[in-house]
Amino acid sequence: MPHVLVDRVTVRYSDANAKQAALDNVSLQLEPDQLVVALGPSGCGKTTLLNLLAGFLRPTQGRVLFDGKPINGPAADRGVIFQDDALLPWLNVVDNIAFGLKLQGLEKHQRKASAEATLKQVHLDGFSGHMLWQLSGGMRQRVGLARALASDPAMLLLDEPFAALDAFTREQMQELLLQLWHQTHKQIFLITHDLEEAVFLASDLILLSPRPGRVVERIKLDFCHRYTDGESARSIKSDPHFIAMREHVLNLIFAQREPIPA
Amino acid sequence: MISTELAHEQHAFEIPLLPRHEEEASATPSRRLSTTTISTLTIATLLVLWWGVTSAGLIAPLFLPPPQNILIKFWQVSTHGFMDSTLWQHLGASLARVFSALVASVLLGIPVGVAIGQSRIAKGILDPLIEIYRPIPPLAYLPLVVIWFGIGEFSKILLIFLAIFAPIVIGTANGVRQVSNNRIRVAQSLGATPWQLIRHVVLPSALPDILVGIRIGLGTGWSTLVAAELVAATSGMGFMVQSAAQFLVTDVVILGIAVIAIIAFGLELGLRYLHKRLAPWSLPNRDLG
Ligand SMILES: Nc1ncnc2c1ncn2[C@@H]1O[C@H](COP(=O)(O)OP(=O)(O)O)[C@@H](O)[C@H]1O
Ligand SMILES: [Mg+2]
Repeated sequence: MPHVLVDRVTVRYSDANAKQAALDNVSLQLEPDQLVVALGPSGCGKTTLLNLLAGFLRPTQGRVLFDGKPINGPAADRGVIFQDDALLPWLNVVDNIAFGLKLQGLEKHQRKASAEATLKQVHLDGFSGHMLWQLSGGMRQRVGLARALASDPAMLLLDEPFAALDAFTREQMQELLLQLWHQTHKQIFLITHDLEEAVFLASDLILLSPRPGRVVERIKLDFCHRYTDGESARSIKSDPHFIAMREHVLNLIFAQREPIPA
Repeated sequence: MISTELAHEQHAFEIPLLPRHEEEASATPSRRLSTTTISTLTIATLLVLWWGVTSAGLIAPLFLPPPQNILIKFWQVSTHGFMDSTLWQHLGASLARVFSALVASVLLGIPVGVAIGQSRIAKGILDPLIEIYRPIPPLAYLPLVVIWFGIGEFSKILLIFLAIFAPIVIGTANGVRQVSNNRIRVAQSLGATPWQLIRHVVLPSALPDILVGIRIGLGTGWSTLVAAELVAATSGMGFMVQSAAQFLVTDVVILGIAVIAIIAFGLELGLRYLHKRLAPWSLPNRDLG
């Protein structure tokens, strides 16, 4: 089973604020059954961490292992989803979803069949022939999810995937993500700066602090399991335990903040 | 400089947007004249004025023949020809030159543009070369082309090629540079090889800019060609106008100019149509097609 090991990793960008490491001696272990959420204010190195796992970036020091082997670059076993959907506007919905399969050289009817099945998983059946500009932001983001899923990667990497969506759509997308996690058993690494989203989705919550980027806390949570066991999202999010945990996490983040000079 | 020029050109696509909104906003659109109607009326007025002034005998036919003469000339030159070729043969000769040059510029310009857009080294080598010749009016280096390659077809096609090539390269390079980083990264994460990236992500993403480059290039190319035929040719629209002027056959001159203008307009329309068909996502009004 694939698991991820981030082993004493430091990342320093080679420009202006290079003195402050974007990530400073970070060690992490991500297991296959986990939905790991990295939470932190903007600039704390979340995207840097995701880029390491995706293979877009190499560590300055330390190593990143996937399934025991060093990550050498992006590959089809790790699907990524960005905040902007990064879809291909000249293709319709089903061809966008089938794009990865096309790159792998699958026959047309095979990729269509497979893409249509994935389309159902994200509740977009009936939209396969639509062009992207006919879809709402939430629907486009679901196409992005389906595209990543269609190639059947071992792991999904999501960089603030729902940040640009309105609050209602964001809630729906969070629930969809948990459903997909439950159905497909994919390993998921998601980054967000949305506190409630992080507490709701995470099976393992990682708190990062900025300048230099460090892991300050790792917390095991079970709200996501309560959802996949059938409890409603609203009931979980209004549960006093959930609210208390949210405040606790918020306090941990504020404790990291530099005091505002008087 | 270059990018502003392209951006400006791209802006030209947006011009129809304004009247469109106006029409939508108006409660009784049928009472209003569309822009096309207004333009048609302008041209009709001009023709009527021309007809009135010439048939009243206010201007000698040598300076400005009446429109009906031009129509008659159009028929005569179409059937019997002028200077050993019919109008269609002249037009065919000009169009053949433009399209050979266009095909060559597209085949060469797009790869060069991709190279400049993707590689720092290619950009370092090719950018200055293109930037040096691009601002020079083609007629300024026409004599040099004639000295080197003679006055045959090759020289004319080369001249027009040079005029189309630069805008295509610049448009392509521009489009390639602007491909969203995330679009490329997602494709890499789906297992795209470098070649697949270019073929399936970079080129289609740059297509709108490539088409703008072709449009600009074809515009300058067409006017360059006609000018080149004024200097050295035995057929072609430029040649026809030039010979007619030498013999003071004013109606053929006007006929030639009219055909040249109509073709230029047609090329422009054709490319806009192509853009709408091939890259509708890049146009402001998505449901045009
Ligand atoms: N390509 C880059 N070049 C230089 N500095 C960068 C680059 N990417 C990120 N940084 C810096 O590294 C730090 C962490 O950035 P990032 O990982 O994007 O944080 P986050 O995603 O949490 O907002 C920030 O201070 C940012 O300015
Ligand atoms: Mg980020």
